[in-house]
Amino acid sequence: MVDHWTPQLDTYLDGELSANETRELDAHLRTCPSCAADVLSRLQLKRTIHSAGQRYSSSPEFRERIRKSIAAKPRRSPVRMWLGATAAVALLLIAGLVTISVRQQQLQREHTFSELADLHVATLASANPVDVFSTDRHTVKPWFQGKIPFTFNLPELQNSEFTLVGGRITYLGQAPGAELIYQIRKHQISVFIFQDRAVGRDLGSGSLSLKDLSFNLQSWTKDGMRYFVIGDASNNDIRTLADMLKKVS
Amino acid sequence: MVYLKEVLEERLTASTFEELAMPLFDQLYNFAHWLAQDRTEAEDLVQETYAKALKGFSSFQPGTNFRAWMYRILRNTFLTSRTGLRASASMPLDAEDEMEISAGPETPESILIDQSQQQLLQTAIEALPVHFREALLLCEVEEMSYQEIAETLSIPIGTVMSRLSRARKALRESLQHKLART
Repeated sequence: MVDHWTPQLDTYLDGELSANETRELDAHLRTCPSCAADVLSRLQLKRTIHSAGQRYSSSPEFRERIRKSIAAKPRRSPVRMWLGATAAVALLLIAGLVTISVRQQQLQREHTFSELADLHVATLASANPVDVFSTDRHTVKPWFQGKIPFTFNLPELQNSEFTLVGGRITYLGQAPGAELIYQIRKHQISVFIFQDRAVGRDLGSGSLSLKDLSFNLQSWTKDGMRYFVIGDASNNDIRTLADMLKKVS
Repeated sequence: MVYLKEVLEERLTASTFEELAMPLFDQLYNFAHWLAQDRTEAEDLVQETYAKALKGFSSFQPGTNFRAWMYRILRNTFLTSRTGLRASASMPLDAEDEMEISAGPETPESILIDQSQQQLLQTAIEALPVHFREALLLCEVEEMSYQEIAETLSIPIGTVMSRLSRARKALRESLQHKLART
C-alpha cells in the first residue's frame, strides 16, 4: 500500500527530513502498520547496502606506496644546503684565485725570461759585448767590485770546453746585476747574476730549466742570489755550465 | 630566510595533507573500486587522486569539506578515465534532473533482504548506472548528507534526491526480479 508518506520514507531514514516532518512521520508510523513495515524493509535494505558496499580493500603495499608518495619528503636542511653552496662557491673562488695566481706567476716568469733573452741577444749584437774583456776569472770578478751591490764566485774552467769571454753590468727590472759571457765552441752563453729579492719574487724557488724562444735556460737561487744561464748552446752545455757555477757559488 | 620559510611551509602542507588524506584511504579505495570495478584501475584512480589532491592542496579552502573535496577529485578523475567515459555514456540521460521520488510499485514484502544475500545485492549495485551507483554509495556506505553528496558530485540537492530515489527504485526492482527467480 502506498500513501502520501511513502515517497518520504527513504529521506526519513536518511535523516534528511525537516524536524517537523520527522515528528509527523514518527506519529504516523505508530498508527500505520503498512508504512511501519515499509520503513522496516527499507531500513533493512539500507543496512545491508551499507555492509555490502564496504566490499573492497586495498593491499597494504598499495596503501604504503600512496602514503610514501604524499609524505613530507625529507629534504636537506636549508642551513646545510647553504653551507654546501657556500663551501662550493668558496672552493671555486680559491681554485680561481690559485689559477689566477699561477697564471700571473707564469706570465711574470715568461716576461723575465723573455727580457733575459733580449739582454743576451743585445749583448751579442753589441759592438762592445763586454765591459771587462778577460778569460781570467780573477780579473773579471774584481772588476765588478763597487759596481754591483753583491759579489759572486766564478768556476775554474780548466779541463772544460768553456771559455770566459768577459763581463758587463746589466739591469733587470731596474736591479743591477752581473752578466758574464762564456763561450763553448761557437756558442756564446750569458750568465746573469742578480740579488734574488730584486728580481726573483715571481720566479719561484729552486732551479728550473726550460727551452723557450729557441734559447736554453737554466735558473736557480742560492744564498739570496738568482742565477740565469741562457744561450743557444745545447741544453747539455747550458746545464754543465750551470752545474759548474752552482759548485762555486 | 624566505627560502627557509617556504621549505617549512611546504613540509607543513605535506604533513597536514597526509594527516587529513590518509584516514580517507580505505573509503576512497573502496569507492574507486566500486566505480572502476577493477583493482588495477582502482589503484590508478586512487594514486592519481592523491597526487592531484596534494598538488592542489594549497587551493583547498580550510574549513570546507575535505572529504567531499577528495571524493570530488576521485570522481572527476574517474569520469575522465576511459572506463568513466564509457560508464557515463551509458547513463540514461532522460529525466536526469527530474524529481522522481515515487517509490514505484514494489511492496515491502517483496524486497526483504538480509545479510546472507549480500552477494546478490552487490551484483545489483554493480549493475546500476554509474551516476546512480555513486550517489547510492556516497549515501549508504559513506553516510554522506545530501548536502555533502551534492558538493561531491557538483549537482543540486534536488538532483541528489532524484538520483538516490531512482537508484533505490532500480535496486529494489532488480532485487525483486532476482529474488523471484530464486
